[in-house]
Amino acid sequence: MADLSATMTGPRGAKPRRVLSGRNIMVYGTLIVVSLYYILPLWVMVMTSLKGMPEIRLGNIFAPPVEVTFQPWVKAWSEACTGLNCDGLSRGFWNSVQILIPSVVLSIIVASVNGYALVNWRFKGSDVFFTILIFGSFIPYQVMLYPIVILLREMGIYGTLWGLVLVHTIFGMPILTLLFRNYFSSLPEELFKAARVDGAGFWGIYFQIMLPMSLPIFVVAIILQVTGIWNDFLFGVVYTKPDLYPMTVQLNNIVNSVQGVKEYNVNMAATLLTGLVPLIVYFVSGKLFVRGIAAGAVKG
Amino acid sequence: MTHSIQVKDLTLDFGAVSVLKKLNLDVAEGEFIVLLGPSGCGKSTLLNCLAGLLDITDGQIWIKGKNVTWAEPSERGIGMVFQSYALYPQMTVRGNLSFGLKNARMAQSEIDKRIARAAEILQIQPLLDRKPGALSGGQRQRVAIGRALVRDVDVFLFDEPLSNLDAKLRSELRVEIKRLHAQLKNTMVYVTHDQIEALTLADRIAVMRGGVIQQLAAPQEIYNRPSNLFVAGFIGSPSMNFLHGSTIDGGRAFQLQGTRLDLTGYEGGAVGTRDRAIIGLRPEHLTVQDHAEPGQTIPAVVEIDEPMGADSLVWLKAAGAQMSVRVPVEQRMAPGTTVHLKVDIAKASIFDTASELRV
Repeated sequence: MADLSATMTGPRGAKPRRVLSGRNIMVYGTLIVVSLYYILPLWVMVMTSLKGMPEIRLGNIFAPPVEVTFQPWVKAWSEACTGLNCDGLSRGFWNSVQILIPSVVLSIIVASVNGYALVNWRFKGSDVFFTILIFGSFIPYQVMLYPIVILLREMGIYGTLWGLVLVHTIFGMPILTLLFRNYFSSLPEELFKAARVDGAGFWGIYFQIMLPMSLPIFVVAIILQVTGIWNDFLFGVVYTKPDLYPMTVQLNNIVNSVQGVKEYNVNMAATLLTGLVPLIVYFVSGKLFVRGIAAGAVKG
Repeated sequence: MTHSIQVKDLTLDFGAVSVLKKLNLDVAEGEFIVLLGPSGCGKSTLLNCLAGLLDITDGQIWIKGKNVTWAEPSERGIGMVFQSYALYPQMTVRGNLSFGLKNARMAQSEIDKRIARAAEILQIQPLLDRKPGALSGGQRQRVAIGRALVRDVDVFLFDEPLSNLDAKLRSELRVEIKRLHAQLKNTMVYVTHDQIEALTLADRIAVMRGGVIQQLAAPQEIYNRPSNLFVAGFIGSPSMNFLHGSTIDGGRAFQLQGTRLDLTGYEGGAVGTRDRAIIGLRPEHLTVQDHAEPGQTIPAVVEIDEPMGADSLVWLKAAGAQMSVRVPVEQRMAPGTTVHLKVDIAKASIFDTASELRV
């Protein structure tokens, strides 16, 4: 009994931990420093974009604006000039949207069917086909820039939005096919067999069995493609004309214009506007985006 | 006898590996055939070939008098039940059952009729509007059987349908499958590695190894007269005891280490004189007694006694080998005692050591 009462009065609950242990200081210290390192540029951009030019000339780039103004944002969106056009980034934004939507839809449709066929309808040479496709993702884009210009010219779509859509679709193919192939091969093979016994064909199985089970990987693919295509600069500048430049190219033209005073506030606002779409995608998708990174780890 | 399934010289190669080798199999109408064998023996592969899910290298497959060697799975008149159930997760039970019928463009009234009938036979009416995720393992497998049932086919193919279930459910569903077969009288081909399932369900068992059918016979025949050493060792738990020796006196006796067994009454072919032979004795065909009978018993030393409830398993050392004997549970034996094993020679099997075939 004496033993029992001793254990009853002794300390209880989880072992207490010291908050300011050396380990905690190291871990949280590092995290805070790294977070500051990444958040500071964003802070500077947002603050600068909300200031007027006189305030910027004072040089306190870290200080919050004394007088908040949204004028730079309005100017960046609808008034900033590139060349002869003075309708701001809005033109580039709508161009980008027109490029983005068909490119994302088209590349994902084709790649998902590719991946499905490579897993479930293996044909003679399907492995070779897949290898060649994957090999495509290791060739530097720059090597293919000019040949594709010629190809597009011969097809009569050089300098059009559809030409750029085609290029994005083709260049999205290796990574997306790999993504879908890996996903479909993780689905139980017996489901596919059962559907075949039930008399469903290639498209029947794809639409009625595979598609409803594949929502997560489609979301991942959409995230990869939306961010990738929106951020593209190289293809946009090479394969379109000034009227059709995507937002990234137009941003560059606004920021890098050599005439007149450098309007830092407008530049910052324009940059933030351009980055808004990927930012929203990151914030909304959250966990799924991490899965996308993991699934497409080869992209690096 | 009408044939439901005929497999003629079926060969299947995966690259350089030959999975099925000139395999022949005739299944009578309404027969329950079990394909039994260790993993990798080609039993599931054979079933997939029958279903048309694998393209074969050579040979022919006939179902119901039609050459279906190159027919689509859905055109073969088969229904298939898979180990993992393979229910479409996004569809309700009703959707799962009707999927194949809709693909065949059947009238809705006929679909409803068939689903109602299958649901009644399998007693899954209350589950029809649930998704597979909301069902237990046993219920899922019932639905999977139902999916084959609504197709109203002649041949049912089962690919290890009970392997994913726990022991209790497994024996329940086993009985249910047997009842289903008695009720529907379809031809059934059933793949398993579980010999209890094979012995209880089958009209005939095909024991397979290395892409070849080793023996095709009724369960009792396979159990009592295994055609070779592999079949003898594979069927039965604990497995058959094998003792090495030779047959002497023109096949009238079997010579073990220091013991001679009289072979009068052996049920098999002409034994003849063989320098090296193996006698196979099942644990339940031996009795333990404390006195020797010349030509009838083998002396043995008790090693371990394992009471198993209904009976008891005794492990002994005899003629240089380890043996197991099934004895009544009340017959307890102390380790180290010397006993004598009486052999029921009519139920023994003798194998030629070189060819491994039963004689």
